[in-house]
Amino acid sequence: MKAIIRKILPLLGVVALYFLLMYLKSIKVMNAYHIQVLMFAGVNIMMTVSLNIVNGFTGQFCIGHAGFMSLGAYGASIVTTLIFGGYHVAENLRIPVFLLGLLVGGIVAGFVGLLIGIPTLKLKGDYLAIVTLAFGEIVRATLRLIEPIGAARGMIGIPAYTNFAWVLFFVVVTLILARNFIYSRYGRACLAIRDNEIAADSMGVNTSKYKIISFVFAAFIAGIAGGLYAHIMSFVQPDTFSFVKSSDYLVYLYAGGTGSLTGSILGALVLTVLPEALRAFGNLTNWRIVIYAVILVVIMLYRPLGICGGKELPFLKINRKSLYEKNFFGRNKDRKPEMPELSER
Amino acid sequence: MSTLMQFLVYGLQLGSVYALLALGYTMVYGIVGMINFAHGDFLMIGALSTFFIAQLFSQIYAASGSYPALVVLVIILIAMVGTGFIGVGVEAIAYRPLRNRPKMSALITAVGVSMFLENFPRALPFIGPSPRSFPALFPSIKFNLSGVMISTTQIIMIALSLIFMLILYNVVNKTKIGMQMRAVSMDKNAAQLMGINVNQVISITFFIGAALAASSGIFYASIYPQVDVYMGSWLGTKSFIAAVIGGIGDIRGAMLGGFIMGITEILATSINSNLGYAIGFVILILILLFKPAGIMGKLTIDKV
Repeated sequence: MKAIIRKILPLLGVVALYFLLMYLKSIKVMNAYHIQVLMFAGVNIMMTVSLNIVNGFTGQFCIGHAGFMSLGAYGASIVTTLIFGGYHVAENLRIPVFLLGLLVGGIVAGFVGLLIGIPTLKLKGDYLAIVTLAFGEIVRATLRLIEPIGAARGMIGIPAYTNFAWVLFFVVVTLILARNFIYSRYGRACLAIRDNEIAADSMGVNTSKYKIISFVFAAFIAGIAGGLYAHIMSFVQPDTFSFVKSSDYLVYLYAGGTGSLTGSILGALVLTVLPEALRAFGNLTNWRIVIYAVILVVIMLYRPLGICGGKELPFLKINRKSLYEKNFFGRNKDRKPEMPELSER
Repeated sequence: MSTLMQFLVYGLQLGSVYALLALGYTMVYGIVGMINFAHGDFLMIGALSTFFIAQLFSQIYAASGSYPALVVLVIILIAMVGTGFIGVGVEAIAYRPLRNRPKMSALITAVGVSMFLENFPRALPFIGPSPRSFPALFPSIKFNLSGVMISTTQIIMIALSLIFMLILYNVVNKTKIGMQMRAVSMDKNAAQLMGINVNQVISITFFIGAALAASSGIFYASIYPQVDVYMGSWLGTKSFIAAVIGGIGDIRGAMLGGFIMGITEILATSINSNLGYAIGFVILILILLFKPAGIMGKLTIDKV
């Protein structure tokens, strides 16, 4: 009973949050712009969680994550706008078309993640980082060449299907998936690779396989986030997904804390909302990215694991004690299995 | 044929910019083992500061529209030394405390420093985001060598960058400080035990790297006379890739990679401008697939 409450309570919290925000909107405390900022924050949370799976939990270094996002954005937009005709879709078909688009976007991104993952994940550290950077730029340059999707001008007239409820839904699904992934056999293999790849290899973990799995999984989530993003903006352009965007996600991830879903949520949420809030102080506009940069450097210098590095809110963990007891027939009851502490590599 | 030669000239001039910048990446990587993402911004600082210094001098010397050679040399030297000290400062403030931390932290800090260096001048009211036209520092007389157009600006910049590279190569290989640098890049701790002041060597490395970046910024702005605060970011990315193609950590590799990048980019741009942008990345992936440490790099073996 307690376990069920523990599972359901956070979901109820999310639903309550949704209705609270809708109420605040209906009494005009929040306007459409505020809600839109929150929607971008949701997309950024998904992207940061996805990046966290590769960088934070598997210990790889992807710095071209916006490339996957752009593939998802274009994949989804092609389905909803070019194939189904955007705003001409019948009212009752809009949601299925939208979901189909997101799925296609995710699959395209995941598939490309697999394609570049197989040859390049043999590379390590810095070289992998460079290749992912190159990948992001190649995707961008390729998108700029393809005429049917608007080339460098970008694609316009994408229906704004994404609303706050959808963003919230996908954020929750992403978090549940990511949590379950991390606490599964796959996740443990990834953590082992992060902590010591050579040791993991010699203990029989197929490191290349698990690296590719985490890469594809992250790319899939990034693709869906990209699809959502395209249907908020109703406009996508290749240059949106440049290295600048990738480095934004790196900032969110490392400021929030690697190896922690809580950190990803916090980092993406705060750093998306904060610049918008600072916008209110008119003459600070030029300074906000400077402040941003200083925050990032200071966090790295004084708290290199980020704000919540390695720490997790309770509902983002899975309590494996019960599972563990079953496996060991009640022996070693006081030995609590825990996530390995994130150590500095 | 003459078209091809013409492209080769353009390729050499762009390549020398890339090569000078790539040298900084490769030296820092070789010695500290980190990718200094902010390196491209040293180029921007060099070009931008040259713009302002030249403006100061212009009231005295350039009434006729051109600068005397000695003044140009002084301007370039001031900009290079100034940028060099900024490089040393960046290393001391942001990178030194992270030296023994994981590589990831240093990389992210570098991204943060790069954001800062780009956006701080942008936020300053007297610099701002708008592009400025760079003054003509070098005389520009065009020659026509049997169909190939070449200007004195191009000759001067290619020659100067070759001279800089030659000096650097000799400094690293023939002098005492060069020997210290090579020792630190092989093993920091052992070098320290041998009485080498590691901090000093790293500072000097950053100084040289930033000064070379400033010079490449001046050269770049002389051939494409426009400077703005973001010019460093994509030039930096490209020359970083040039350094990797050549084999990061190797000085000859950086020069080679720079020229390969420059020439292929110009050739590809002549076909399609987007292709010109992407070709460097494609070459990078191809080379890394077949020669994972770059053309001249040596593979390191992981020891348990």
